[in-house]
Amino acid sequence: MFGIPIQALFGQLLLGLINGAFYAMLSLGLAVIFGLLGIANFTHGALYMMGAFCAWFLLNLFGIGYWPSLILAPIIVGLFGILLERVFLRWIRNIDHLYGLMLTLGLAQIIEGVFRDQYGSSGKPYAIPAELTGGYNLGFMFLPTYRAWVIVLSMIVCFGTWFLIERTKLGAYLRAATENPVLVQAFGINVPRLVTLTYGFGVALAALAGVMAAPIYQVSPLMGTNILIVVIAVVVIGGMGSILGSIITGFSLGLIEGLTKVFWPEASSTVIFVIMAIVLLVKPSGLFGRAS
Amino acid sequence: MADGGSVTNALLQVDDLNGWYGESHVLHGMSFVVGEGELVTLLGRNGAGKTTTLRGVMGILGQRRGSVRFAGAELIDQPSNVIAKAGIAYCPEERGIFASLNVEENLMLPPIVRPGGMTVEEIYAIFPNLAERRRSQGTRLSGGEQQMLAIARILRTGARLLLLDEPTEGLAPVIVQQIGALISTLKEKGFTILLVEQNFHFAATLADRFYVVEHGRVIDTIAAADLAASGPKLREYLGV
Ligand SMILES: Nc1ncnc2c1ncn2[C@@H]1O[C@H](COP(=O)(O)OP(=O)(O)OP(=O)(O)O)[C@@H](O)[C@H]1O
Ligand SMILES: [Mg+2]
Repeated sequence: MFGIPIQALFGQLLLGLINGAFYAMLSLGLAVIFGLLGIANFTHGALYMMGAFCAWFLLNLFGIGYWPSLILAPIIVGLFGILLERVFLRWIRNIDHLYGLMLTLGLAQIIEGVFRDQYGSSGKPYAIPAELTGGYNLGFMFLPTYRAWVIVLSMIVCFGTWFLIERTKLGAYLRAATENPVLVQAFGINVPRLVTLTYGFGVALAALAGVMAAPIYQVSPLMGTNILIVVIAVVVIGGMGSILGSIITGFSLGLIEGLTKVFWPEASSTVIFVIMAIVLLVKPSGLFGRAS
Repeated sequence: MADGGSVTNALLQVDDLNGWYGESHVLHGMSFVVGEGELVTLLGRNGAGKTTTLRGVMGILGQRRGSVRFAGAELIDQPSNVIAKAGIAYCPEERGIFASLNVEENLMLPPIVRPGGMTVEEIYAIFPNLAERRRSQGTRLSGGEQQMLAIARILRTGARLLLLDEPTEGLAPVIVQQIGALISTLKEKGFTILLVEQNFHFAATLADRFYVVEHGRVIDTIAAADLAASGPKLREYLGV
């Protein structure tokens, strides 16, 4: 097709889908946090990086492998997120959102600075778990098992999160508190605690993405900064605060990026931002956003 | 000035309640009492401070001072979720139906605070419209249906005291009648109700007692029995 070997096309589509899986998981957490806290959480990339580092520490310091890390790292980093919310974010809840943006940006710089200072900026390898090495020859392409796993797991996690928010009682509290926290609290719900847990949950999602990313990209202090900029663009395109929007936009933009790499490699790193600019001009509230 | 001190079994006792929106001092020493099982109405002109009083009782004012005692316990320093758990439920003037929740989710949102509330079946029996439209988005209901939903959702919780802020505002006469019938039913069921109402004729048929509010304080108390005799006085207070 267009003189492009089919292997290369599907290879790039797969890479795009993998990137999209991470965009989706990260922008999902950002959307949930933005919805309830009104904060564009610029610490998200640093927390994703901490998830990957946490898995790396668990392995290299305690000999705890990938599978337990998949559970432990999100819990540990999620608790760290809860601490951040309690100590910092809570106090700026009722002032201009710009302060939240600046504060989370500052926190990200501090966290990344500490990691860079301790571990340098070179990446550390993290081995693919034995169960997920190898791959399948699909005839038209080779599909590494680990990448297939990442795509499947991220889709399950995204669907699970969507279900939790849109179809359960807890999700109804979250949606209602996003609209009118004062009234929800006046019904007897402890909204400050809901806010803390929501932030912790969004952070745990970022950390989980970090663990999943560790064997694919390398574990490095800057891995979060690089991806966060793209993820912010994804959130803007999908519509701030839209759950389904972030999932669909995340996967789609990964794919679009992959396709661009095939047909116009030089544009692949900018295509998402071009789309963002167009969406902002045509539909400022985002593709899935509610205009408000 | 009478503050209804004759009530022996006070469920809600508000004393010298002061309230602020930011810098502006809106409640200037509200004092009144609502007895167990009573239906008490706050009357007053626009901007008198009726809504603010309910917000003050519910604990959702920026700043409040004074005393709000409910079933003997002081609530002035409690956050609103604790006040709700104590057994007070709030139906706001703007109704507060959630757009991102469907009708049933709106109905089921307030947690049960104590046993003895109405069951969903009982509620759907009273409000068949809500049962029919349970899967619709909350804000797709008509104004009257939204008002019914706003009242219905606080009946499940087992709260003993209902704060109803202008439940008839902007509704067609036939729906006002339905809501009037509903409120009498609630009273018969033993709910204690603090009602804010502009529609004096509506309130007249329901309430045991009226407090007239002006500039953030109670300026007069009228018992239902004295209503007829107080007509001219009331017309002057309310400017009608
Ligand atoms: N959010 C607010 N911020 C500042 N001032 C407010 C706010 N809400 C109400 N006020 C002021 O407080 C005073 C009392 O208002 P409140 O809403 O309690 O009156 P009300 O008796 O309920 O009137 P209505 O019958 O029109 O509902 C008014 O002067 C109003 O302008
Ligand atoms: Mg009012």
